[in-house]
Amino acid sequence: MTQTTQPQADAAVILQQAREQVLDRGIGLSADQVLQVLQLPDESVADALALAHEVRMKWCGPEVEVEGIVSIKTGGCPEDCHFCSQSGLFTSPVRSVWLNIEELVTAAKQTAATGASEFCIVAAVRGPDENLMSQMREGVAAIKEAVDINVAASLGILTKEQVDDLVDMGVHRYNHNLETAQSYFPNVVTTHTWDERWETLEMVRDSGMEVCCGGIVGMGESVEQRAEFAGQLGALKPHEVPLNFFNPRPGTPFEEVPVMSSTEALLSIAAFRLAMPTTVLRFAGGREITLGEIGTRDGLLGGINAVIVGNYLTTLGRPADEDLELLADLKMPIKAVADAL
Amino acid sequence: MEALWCDRCGESLREADHFDCQVARNLEPPRFCSSCRRRMVVQVLPAGWSARCSEHGVVDQLNNDE
Repeated sequence: MTQTTQPQADAAVILQQAREQVLDRGIGLSADQVLQVLQLPDESVADALALAHEVRMKWCGPEVEVEGIVSIKTGGCPEDCHFCSQSGLFTSPVRSVWLNIEELVTAAKQTAATGASEFCIVAAVRGPDENLMSQMREGVAAIKEAVDINVAASLGILTKEQVDDLVDMGVHRYNHNLETAQSYFPNVVTTHTWDERWETLEMVRDSGMEVCCGGIVGMGESVEQRAEFAGQLGALKPHEVPLNFFNPRPGTPFEEVPVMSSTEALLSIAAFRLAMPTTVLRFAGGREITLGEIGTRDGLLGGINAVIVGNYLTTLGRPADEDLELLADLKMPIKAVADAL
Repeated sequence: MEALWCDRCGESLREADHFDCQVARNLEPPRFCSSCRRRMVVQVLPAGWSARCSEHGVVDQLNNDE
């Protein structure tokens, strides 16, 4: 894919305008402005990251929100998200499995032991059925009894009644990723629409739960569509944006899509921060492959202010200790549970 | 027990070096039983994983690391 880059002289102007608008006034970049950032030449990436870091420090502060995630129901999903190894429609080797309550509480304890303030329970479903909601009721209650940690959930498309049930359980944040730009979504998912996801997000917001909504960059979308996606997230104004970097999974329709370059990934981090100066911008899956140790450090100094530590849903992360040591090295304090409420 | 099958891709260990699979396995749990090639039931937790073959039992992260 051929990408246009901005001349170096223009780059300084683009970043100066972003400085005045985002850093000084706290107004996020529009999609068109994000596109200009995403098209900056390689020589300007460090400057873009430095500005994004200044924006994060001014509008969010130095603290980093640490989270662990676990899959309560893995595999066998009826949806066809082309990046996902948990779809039952593909030849992925991931088999269906449910986590029991005891294991769920163990996972929450493992997460809390890292100093994390967030624990997100995730299910590979179109939306929850009564069996899953029942499991959630029991599981969330058991976690709250045993562990001092905020509980979030990610269970797909919800009804209004299910939103209310989650609020009653004490789930404080709900994750539902838009995944990619609206214009690219039909290339990624055909079994439901971007608008259906948006409707769930609006119901979550109206309920008072915090909205967590992000996606995956590098799934073959154009740089214009990546900018479009940042603009659409900016319009949603989610409390948190998890930023995943595409990691091709065996047996999925996207298994041959190449991993994006680390430079492109870092520029995406800076651009998303400049689009959303006050949001919690979280390092999520794929960073180990796309960015490695050095890129992870650069991202934390380039707009990121939250991390998923430990393993992901079906793949492994680097050991939590390594991320915690890095945060200590960067003198970035971990947000405490009480501060996150 | 002799490993006959790649625990990532499920193909024979005798027919290729599976170097890419070994690299990928640093960030993935096993998916296939290396003894019989059955797909395993795998649960990933924040600080570990376990994989169960219906014929050969459970492999977990600690045992695998040993």
